[in-house]
Amino acid sequence: MNGRLRVLVWALPPFIFLGAFYFLPLVRILVTALGPDRLVGGGQAVLPDWRSLATVLGFTTWQALVSTAASLVAGLPLAWWLRDHGSRLQSVARLLLTVPFVMPVVVTASAFVALMGPSGLLNRWLMGWFDLSVPPIQLMHTFGIIILAHVFYNTSVVVRIVSGFWSQQDRRLADAAGTLGATAWRTLVTVEAPLVLPAAVSSALLVFLFCFSSFGVVLILGGLRFSTLEVAIYRQAVSYFNLPAAAVLALVQLAVTFTAMSLYTRLQRLHAVPQKVEATEQFADDEPRTRGHWIRDGLGTVAALILVSPLAALTVQSFSVGTSEWNLVNYAGLLQGRADSAFLASPVEAVGNSVRNALATMVISLVLGIGMAYTLFLMPGRAGRWLDPVFLLPLGTSAVTLGLGYIISMGPLRTSPLLVPAAHALIASPLVLRVILPALRRLQPGLRQASGVLGATPRQTWWRVELPLILPACAVASVFAFAVSMGEFGASLLIARPEHPTMPLMIFGLLGRPGLANLGQAQAMSVVLMAVTGASMFALDRLPVAIREF
Amino acid sequence: MNIHNLFTSGLRWLGVLCAMAAVVACSPSGGSLIIPPPAEPVSLVLASHDSFNISEDVLTEFEEANDADVVYLALGDAGETLNKLILSKDAPLADVVFGVDNTFLSRALANDLFVPHESSLLDGIADELKLDPEFGLLPVDFGYINLNADKAWFADRGLALPERLEDLTKPEYAGLLVVQNPATSSPGLAFLLATVSYFGEPAWLDFWSGLLANDVLVTGGWSEAYFDHFTVGSGGAGSRPLVVSYSTSPPADVLYASDGRTEPASVNLNLPLATFRQIEFVGVLQGTQHPDLAKAFVDFMLDVRFQENIPLNMFVYPVNQAAGLPDLFEQFAEVPADPAPMAPEDIDANRRRWIEEWTSVMLI
Repeated sequence: MNGRLRVLVWALPPFIFLGAFYFLPLVRILVTALGPDRLVGGGQAVLPDWRSLATVLGFTTWQALVSTAASLVAGLPLAWWLRDHGSRLQSVARLLLTVPFVMPVVVTASAFVALMGPSGLLNRWLMGWFDLSVPPIQLMHTFGIIILAHVFYNTSVVVRIVSGFWSQQDRRLADAAGTLGATAWRTLVTVEAPLVLPAAVSSALLVFLFCFSSFGVVLILGGLRFSTLEVAIYRQAVSYFNLPAAAVLALVQLAVTFTAMSLYTRLQRLHAVPQKVEATEQFADDEPRTRGHWIRDGLGTVAALILVSPLAALTVQSFSVGTSEWNLVNYAGLLQGRADSAFLASPVEAVGNSVRNALATMVISLVLGIGMAYTLFLMPGRAGRWLDPVFLLPLGTSAVTLGLGYIISMGPLRTSPLLVPAAHALIASPLVLRVILPALRRLQPGLRQASGVLGATPRQTWWRVELPLILPACAVASVFAFAVSMGEFGASLLIARPEHPTMPLMIFGLLGRPGLANLGQAQAMSVVLMAVTGASMFALDRLPVAIREF
Repeated sequence: MNIHNLFTSGLRWLGVLCAMAAVVACSPSGGSLIIPPPAEPVSLVLASHDSFNISEDVLTEFEEANDADVVYLALGDAGETLNKLILSKDAPLADVVFGVDNTFLSRALANDLFVPHESSLLDGIADELKLDPEFGLLPVDFGYINLNADKAWFADRGLALPERLEDLTKPEYAGLLVVQNPATSSPGLAFLLATVSYFGEPAWLDFWSGLLANDVLVTGGWSEAYFDHFTVGSGGAGSRPLVVSYSTSPPADVLYASDGRTEPASVNLNLPLATFRQIEFVGVLQGTQHPDLAKAFVDFMLDVRFQENIPLNMFVYPVNQAAGLPDLFEQFAEVPADPAPMAPEDIDANRRRWIEEWTSVMLI
């Protein structure tokens, strides 16, 4: 099979998928919004003025940069710590760290308020201890809480990607540096850090993209004062039905995304170094402790607290809301459901729907993501440089805009339950790509050549040599794809049939009407979501190991 | 570990993935990924916002009587639902729409989306609720955006409840109120409209400056305001005893109590001329393949059986005057005597400007 044909085989599934589920709806909605029929629906066409656009764009970029930096500061020490600790501890820690990723923003916001709001737990403690009359922590609706929430959501992206990459590192390089007299810290900075850089940069880019298109966190926790492009688009498209303005904003968002990603692609190609890769995780904490370790443990502890404490607060609340005693009222109520309703499903069904969607998303996005990774890997020069940012575009595209695009271009598919995993895969496959591509780029070309010399066909080489070596990356990628689908909300809301709700949709439904039972059951459902996610992650994490040992 | 072992592990792992894919694809239970084969009964698609809900037995009654299968398509909040219907006008998403409200009425009617249907049941509905003279959209329910107060909070402090809208800017009520952003929340917009109607232009903006100076808290949506910040709704975790919510929130506080309370902890303020009446409409969508069935469904929704089922499922009042109200409504959700008068045309013409003016005042 010649090279071009190979690229084509890999490229075809992602191209068809992106064409049908991304470019078609996007182009159609942009044409509708900006074309001759743009005043559809008697909507008002007032284009955004450039000064306010610059303000929104400036803020969107700035908060995304700060959030990315903060997530790295929180995530890298945790990744380092994970590298040094036993695999059992690792899997528990990684599991805990991934759970925030799937929590609906409404629930997270609730947990933050319960923890840090004016009458939240921390303020009550501090006021009691220090005899204060004014709550000392005033974080609601500040820049700080937006960053904190972004760290809460995105640290796991950094930790997962970097620690997955790191654990496969050839340990002998570091040992050699040690033998040559380098301190552990120096080895870390001069030998190991450069080697994990591609993974760190990869995760940073994803975090930036997530934060750049942030909607719920900014709207709910940031309050009135802060608006990202995505919030502005929602306001124009939904509140004012000013589609031309929404389309212009969406195009600006796309352009920035594309530019940022083109820059990144150039950077990334410079950094990938082929190296010997271990398929197993085999690190142990046998280094003497240095100052670096203390800093790591300090930062890591703070980061872990930021990630775990809102979840803990939520769990505690779910057992006690509305009453002073601990009880299972909310969980019992959840099981009873709203028996007489024609449309509200039972929570058990919601769990089933969510898990089913997540598994389907995982399969679809692995196929697509691996296809994208190989397309970029095999494609020479300039074409690849253009294509890489294109594959990432779905992450930087306004969900509101794309949602309207689905409405006008999906035809009878609109009500198909298949559309939900398809939409989820659109978000998950760029993640899969970003996890697998660095793993692919560091494979030593010699392996492939040796396999060829020994008489293997390219297909056999892939199957027997390459795939096993990128398998750990595939495992990390599938965990993410699964998590994206479990927590995804916007697209589910857009296309889900109400009688088949996912867990986040059910939580949203419960929080749509007053009454403490609704609040309590929403919290209980969130805890169930955490538990189901945690259990699934655990299973997914064990899967490669279990199969290996089978 | 050698390459061969890794290969087999890779193979098995993929095998497991494929098996899972197969399970996913072939799963026979409800919500499976396979599109169900067309059933015998005619399926009638009802588009609505996310809050639509009705009892199973009521819906089944219609389905059995008409050999129909009603499919509910949720399209987001009320604004999103309408926008999506307008965008898909040429290839309609649904046969019937439920839940276009009076704040969006003009936008809906301007787009000529509906098949006129002068239902005989309109006779049992108050004239003031019928806002479309061409009967494309028929009123189906109504509710009030109202201020709710934490009864015990005010009683404990010996503080009187506010009696008029302007009281909210007085120092004794500083830091007590939580409202929603009108750009992203429909009760938030309704409260803004009530203030415009009450104070007139441009004085309503001064009122908001006063609220701002009095430390009003603005959230993005209703659920954050009610569940995170309202003292009653949050079960004590919040710090605001006054919230913009609905007249029917106090009955819901009893119906959805987790501690068996028989009286709500919250009470409606019913400030004169400062509540906003939100009327919801149903309509048959143009392009429907089943116009007669769709009209029959609209009639069914306006009839007593369905109407009496509305209050405890959607927490709004029935329009059909023959429909009785549940006790909880009679006791704790008194209909405000004098809501703010506001014409749908004015809302649609000024929505954007008002929201922007509001934003510029509140962001100072």
